Amino acid sequence: MRSQDEEALLEEFERKIEAEEKIEPTDWMPEAYRKNLIRQMSQHAHSEVIGMQPEGNWITRAPSLRRKAVLLAKVQDEGGHGLYLYSATETLGISRSEMIEALQTGVAKYASIFNYPTLTWADVGAIGWLVDGAAIVNQISLQRTSYGPYSRAMIRICKEESFHQRQGYEIMYQLAKGSPEQKKMAQDAMNRFWWPSLMMFGPHDSESAHSGQSMKWKIKRQSNDELRQKFIDQTVPQIEVLGLEMPDPEIKWNEERGHYDSGEINWEEFYQVINGSGPCNHQRIKHHVKAHEEGEWVREAVRAYRAKQAAKKENAA
Amino acid sequence: MSQEHLAVYEVFVRSARGLDHKHVGSLHAESPEHALMYARDCYIRRSEGVSIWVVESKNITASQDNDTENFVEPMDDKPYRHATHYVLPDSVNNM
Repeated sequence: MRSQDEEALLEEFERKIEAEEKIEPTDWMPEAYRKNLIRQMSQHAHSEVIGMQPEGNWITRAPSLRRKAVLLAKVQDEGGHGLYLYSATETLGISRSEMIEALQTGVAKYASIFNYPTLTWADVGAIGWLVDGAAIVNQISLQRTSYGPYSRAMIRICKEESFHQRQGYEIMYQLAKGSPEQKKMAQDAMNRFWWPSLMMFGPHDSESAHSGQSMKWKIKRQSNDELRQKFIDQTVPQIEVLGLEMPDPEIKWNEERGHYDSGEINWEEFYQVINGSGPCNHQRIKHHVKAHEEGEWVREAVRAYRAKQAAKKENAA
Repeated sequence: MSQEHLAVYEVFVRSARGLDHKHVGSLHAESPEHALMYARDCYIRRSEGVSIWVVESKNITASQDNDTENFVEPMDDKPYRHATHYVLPDSVNNM
């Protein structure tokens, strides 16, 4: 049973949500709101960091110095975005090491798209265009999330990410207008990344475990299906400009709805990848653990420096 | 005791819920609690904010103006970090 105090606090919390006022770290919030945010925000942070792997795979093999510099800058951005999001999540009272532990033990998830391999250079284009494109649709909506630090992180990230999608599309455009082999490579990359990109928006609204409560508390502002439709509608004309074949034969303009219709997603594949059986799940976590362990000497050096400075200060006093 | 012997505090004001705290100025005070009260009286007399942070100035580590060359300019030759660097066909240029 709730105490009278807690009733009053909950009422004030719900008033703020209703009035579109942001919730800040020092405000009272229901435990379930805090828990739900930690789950979503840490998952978002993990996705940024794990997402560095499939693209990082091509840095040493980028086809030109310009492409290499661009890809480095993009992967560096993703690392930075992970940092913004981890810091924002820490305002909810969870530590960085707890989050990393949850990621490495499989308790916390990350976007399932990063469990697919990057087989050709065109995949780097397809990721920038489709995967970042889908992420941007989601993140623009999240700029209006009810939790202040999350909202501010999203605003900063969206601003920085504007180049990610354009550089990806530029790669796709060059390949699609290039030799027959290059065009084929672009088509193949798009075909492979199309469906996993649609899966990034999560299960259908009717199947989504956390959606109802998240929408009520305005953690999420638009439903999975609404955002997915928005992505399809903006992407189909971009496919036409590339002159590639549609990755889904059922894509068709529906005059009545004012939207594109499209085929059904293979949900079995979605749940398989989410639950650990995607092509690269094992490799992604294994690499994260390895990088984390190999970085231990840096953390050790930081601790040693801090101890040394503290001792110096004590001696001077 | 002269004003100069009091600590200097930097004042940050959040103008509305959901926005960042922004630096608005500084003041002298004898304790952080007093700095907060003075900041209220000094900086939000016309409801300019809903929340204030005060930080003792000596606790702020700042970059140096005379080191701008080494500190900031390396970012100037990376135009590819900007969206405008990528030229796309008109019909998809709103990406």
